[in-house]
Amino acid sequence: MGELRAGERVRVRAGDPAGHTRVPRYVRGQIGRIVESQGSWALADEVAAGVAEPRVEPVYTVAFAAADLWGEGDHEVTVDLWESYIEPVRKDET
Amino acid sequence: MSGEHTSAPVAARVRRLEERLIEAGVVGEEQLDAALAAMLKGASPVNGARIVARAWVDEGFRARLLDDANAALPEVGLSMAGGIQEQRLKVVENTETAHHVIVCTLCSCYPIGLLGPSPSWYKSEAYRSRVVREPRAVLAEFGLELPADTAVTVWDSSAESRYLVLPRRPDGTAGMSEPELAALVTREGLIGTAAV
Repeated sequence: MGELRAGERVRVRAGDPAGHTRVPRYVRGQIGRIVESQGSWALADEVAAGVAEPRVEPVYTVAFAAADLWGEGDHEVTVDLWESYIEPVRKDET
Repeated sequence: MSGEHTSAPVAARVRRLEERLIEAGVVGEEQLDAALAAMLKGASPVNGARIVARAWVDEGFRARLLDDANAALPEVGLSMAGGIQEQRLKVVENTETAHHVIVCTLCSCYPIGLLGPSPSWYKSEAYRSRVVREPRAVLAEFGLELPADTAVTVWDSSAESRYLVLPRRPDGTAGMSEPELAALVTREGLIGTAAV
């Protein structure tokens, strides 16, 4: 996946991994908008699993509309997500 | 969410772990104490308040802080390098039309070096689960009633970044010195659960 830019829409992967992960449950499967790139960091899942050389991946700040997450509310919630937690959303997808 | 973060059971577990590590000869008691002391040395909301006061009086610093906080912190003699690795700091600015509030829903991530140890409510399941869902109601319970047209953003620190809120400078403070301004800033203001 190439570098994602601010404003691009992404979907959070919906899976429930067996081990440690940093994907909060409340954003799994949800569509959000890239706010900014935070640079690259070791993937927390692999660090927690004791992988000797954990993957280093871009981490993005992703904003979600409260109405999408909870069905109500006018605020936004931003969550920090490693690249492998998210996938681009096609433009024609809703 | 990883369960209730009351301090007593965790403290007991940490103590048992420390004892096992010391017994096994992995670390010494003194080494542990020294590492803890180094981490908490100078960790206090006074640091966050100094950052805010400087941003209020120095427009150039404010712009650099919002653009790249890690690069700006040395200007006030601070850094994010106190832990195992340097953490990224993101400063979010409250304005007339936007309010920011910080949480860690997965555990209790917090900019300890700039704010000191976090308050117990920050680690409570109630705060962590409710502030992402109904921030206006939670902030009202803290005594902060926001106008309906103020945009609210909740920042969930789920990776390696830590967040700090830059509160709005209160009215009627034009003649105040930087240290006087710093004294107005509260820990809650830096988390976003108070106006200043």
